[in-house]
Amino acid sequence: MATAGGGSAAELGSRGLLCLLSFCVLLAGLCGGNSVERKIYIPLNKTAPCVRLLNATHQIGCHSSISGDTGVIHVVEKEEDLQWVLTDGPNPPYMVLLEGTLFTRKVMEKLKGSTSRIAGLAVSLAKPSPAAGFSPSVQCPNDGFGLYSNSYGPEFAHCRDIQWNYLGDGLAYEDFSFPIFLLEDENETNVIKQCYRDHNLSQNGSAPVFPLCAMQLFSHMHAVLSTVTCMRRSSIQSTFSINPEIVCDPLSDYNVWSMLKPINTSGTLEPDDKVVVVATQLDSRSFFWNVAPGAESAVASFVTQLAAAEALYKAPDVTTLPRNVMFVFFQGETFDYIGSSRMVYDMERGKFPVQLENIDSFVELRQVALRESLELWMHTDPVSQKNKSVQSQVEHLLTTLEESGAGVPTVVLRRLNQSQPLPPSSLQRFLRARNISGVVLTDHATVFHNRYYHSVYDTAENINVSYPGQQSPEEDLDFVTDTAKALADVATVLGRALYQLAGGTNFRDTIQADPHTVTRLLYGFLVRANNSWFQSILRQDLRSFLGDQGPLQHYIAVSSPTNTTYVVQYALANLTGKVVDLTREQCQDPSKVPNENKDLYEYMWVQGPLNSNGTERLPYCVRSTARLVRAVSPAFELGQWGSTEYSTWTESRWKDIRARIFLIASKELELITLAVGFGVLVCSLVITYCVNAKADVLFIAPREPGSVSL
Amino acid sequence: MTAAVFFGCAFIAFGPALALYIFTIATDPLRIIFLIVGAFFWLISLLFSSFVWFVARAITDNRDGPIEKYLLIFGVLVSVLIQEMFRFAYYRLLKKANDGLKTINPDEPAPSMRLLAYVSGLGFGIMSGVFSFVNTLSDSLGPGTVGIHGDSPYFFLNSAFMTQVIILLHMFWGIIFFDGCEKKNWYPLLAVILTHLLVSALTFLNPQYEVSLVSAYMITVLTGIRAFFVAGGSRRSLKRYLLCQDKNFLLYSQRSR
Repeated sequence: MATAGGGSAAELGSRGLLCLLSFCVLLAGLCGGNSVERKIYIPLNKTAPCVRLLNATHQIGCHSSISGDTGVIHVVEKEEDLQWVLTDGPNPPYMVLLEGTLFTRKVMEKLKGSTSRIAGLAVSLAKPSPAAGFSPSVQCPNDGFGLYSNSYGPEFAHCRDIQWNYLGDGLAYEDFSFPIFLLEDENETNVIKQCYRDHNLSQNGSAPVFPLCAMQLFSHMHAVLSTVTCMRRSSIQSTFSINPEIVCDPLSDYNVWSMLKPINTSGTLEPDDKVVVVATQLDSRSFFWNVAPGAESAVASFVTQLAAAEALYKAPDVTTLPRNVMFVFFQGETFDYIGSSRMVYDMERGKFPVQLENIDSFVELRQVALRESLELWMHTDPVSQKNKSVQSQVEHLLTTLEESGAGVPTVVLRRLNQSQPLPPSSLQRFLRARNISGVVLTDHATVFHNRYYHSVYDTAENINVSYPGQQSPEEDLDFVTDTAKALADVATVLGRALYQLAGGTNFRDTIQADPHTVTRLLYGFLVRANNSWFQSILRQDLRSFLGDQGPLQHYIAVSSPTNTTYVVQYALANLTGKVVDLTREQCQDPSKVPNENKDLYEYMWVQGPLNSNGTERLPYCVRSTARLVRAVSPAFELGQWGSTEYSTWTESRWKDIRARIFLIASKELELITLAVGFGVLVCSLVITYCVNAKADVLFIAPREPGSVSL
Repeated sequence: MTAAVFFGCAFIAFGPALALYIFTIATDPLRIIFLIVGAFFWLISLLFSSFVWFVARAITDNRDGPIEKYLLIFGVLVSVLIQEMFRFAYYRLLKKANDGLKTINPDEPAPSMRLLAYVSGLGFGIMSGVFSFVNTLSDSLGPGTVGIHGDSPYFFLNSAFMTQVIILLHMFWGIIFFDGCEKKNWYPLLAVILTHLLVSALTFLNPQYEVSLVSAYMITVLTGIRAFFVAGGSRRSLKRYLLCQDKNFLLYSQRSR
């Protein structure tokens, strides 16, 4: 009986304990954030850091110490304010909050020179963009990895003839030993300035009193010195460690390509099959990580090419054209031609279906949105044209373009008068491998018209894409801007030229690019990616790639494929592909379906538009030739991390990137607290010892017979 | 606020408790056990108070505003009552354990109830101090100090002193409470509960630290004096102690009367 009762009691006890434990877990889970921490720190959420990038020989970018860099905030609105930071201020190090217009080489040289007094830099976005232009890129982009070197066209090497990016100050390629962050949100910038005004301003030139407003920036980078060093360290870790600590990753992604007439991708083309290649670039960059609006440098050109592809695919006799057309969108051209050098490498080794000998001609689109007086310039390479056959081919190419452009009065194609080098373009990498006839179409004759090349200000505003206010996002999506019309005209010229180059004759003048498509693409890539059209052309699991609000950023990054690559591939599929009547399972695995060939086509199951109720989507299968091909620099395939022939750009890894502001107390108060603490401890030790030693005197036990102890 | 403030505040808050532990508790394993069990009892009482708090928050749907302040006052009230209830429960447990201890260790004399009162009070106090202050201490290790939203910059110092006060007070309350229970006198119990409520209510006056901290210290001194007398001290023993006269003298002077 006792055991049974005991057993049930134990069972009750254990159940009670389980209940208690589950309550504890529930309570723990419902605990909110630490409220003391919220009293102390204000986190800055909308910031972009500057991270470290490495190439074969150098490191560029910024980095902080491992536990963050703290400094007293000082707002610099004019150059004279810098004096306080550099010499006068009594509480170094300082965290400088710089106006966007002051973020110039002159100011940065001064800051770089006194690193003991500077803890870091926070740059606020200048609204409107700096009037004089701003480009942190170098004046000669991709120097040393293009066509011209001291052995080939030395008069054009290192931009001796033309400094293409004349406004470039090269800040993005400098190495800074303090963290630099971009403050994207104006509200946060105002909070910081308010904190500065409340606590840090000094009265009548005397030192400001504590507590002072301070900022802490965390952006510790794991890689140092160069790609060679960091890749070596990573490979040692991978070989010997169970839990390898990789310190850097190569910049890599995927190129997007498609063929006008489908080809068998499991093999290679016959040498007699000729292909006209039309290329453009997908990526851009800026000083700060993952901020790359790239409106003029990338978006305008690939949008134009997408529109030209759509127009060309609509021509009635595409399947009977003598030559094929390949549309390719290179990723990574900003960083020494990652995408194009990889494609040339693959073509040379037969790893890509199209080979170098199949290329009949090459047309490239570069920066076409800022045309002055309707002119579109055709650049060709003077050095390769010293060969007579190449020159005649190039001449044929140029005349074809001019003939196609004749039917579009709003685009005036111009040749260049003197022999000028090619601007930085993917064609240069192809010419390095083989003399092909190629032309680069740009809006500038000599130097760039883009005054914000590779900067945070290369936005929709830079190419005059603006929408009237008070419209809903869906109305903005369909509003045809003037820029869209201009780019559609360029796309029309390109489409017609490609048709003629591919051997078509009859329907050339019916090829017309649709400004509506161009404007929707521009809206999605430059203003708001999360719109109804982009949502309907993507696969379901890629919905989150469109972000919430705001445009896509076109930085190549290290995780692939990036948002831009996917969206461009799916947009190309939607614009040039065909809807086929397959179920979802058939679409995802068409090998079982007769008449469908996975080698010839790519099948995508896309979300489709919302139904009339707006509750569900109507998905369908798209068949197209839009594919992805890997774009990693051949230097990493070959293990030549110090290569001077191929791009060796890598991005460092990091653990923690964040920024926060708070108040700091004076050193005196801290030391007083410590002293008081020691005093209290010593006093209590002394008093307790004394009381304990004579406790029997102080505390008289109650009179109990036989009791002795206390 | 960096390591200096961290160590300074830690020593201010836990210095007296550490000194008491080193010199009076650490020497005897039985006292350590009673201290830890006392701490555990306080922890259980906190569990129950937090359960009540959770239910109350769930009922009011986590709204913010004036209702939050009333809810806090209600929560503090309930928590104080539950803590004192557990103090009483620990007293009953110790009473029962006394007989058991005599059988375990017949050679050594069992600790007196007065000693257990002191040890249990200290256990309650240490656990209460640790729970209320350790989170704040860990935030004091970072580079920032309280104040960016307008709070007082002396937050850490005040919390440290308040924690010290609470630890000492728990110790004194333990002595007074157990003595009241032994003598079956219910007024000391009521006094302890009321003083506990008063000190907790004083913290609602923060950030007017001068008022709350000074009043709390005054209450501590008064409670300490009362505990001294309850624990067997007297003016005479104090005089003897200060004049460095020893126990024999005392006993002799008592016997001779």
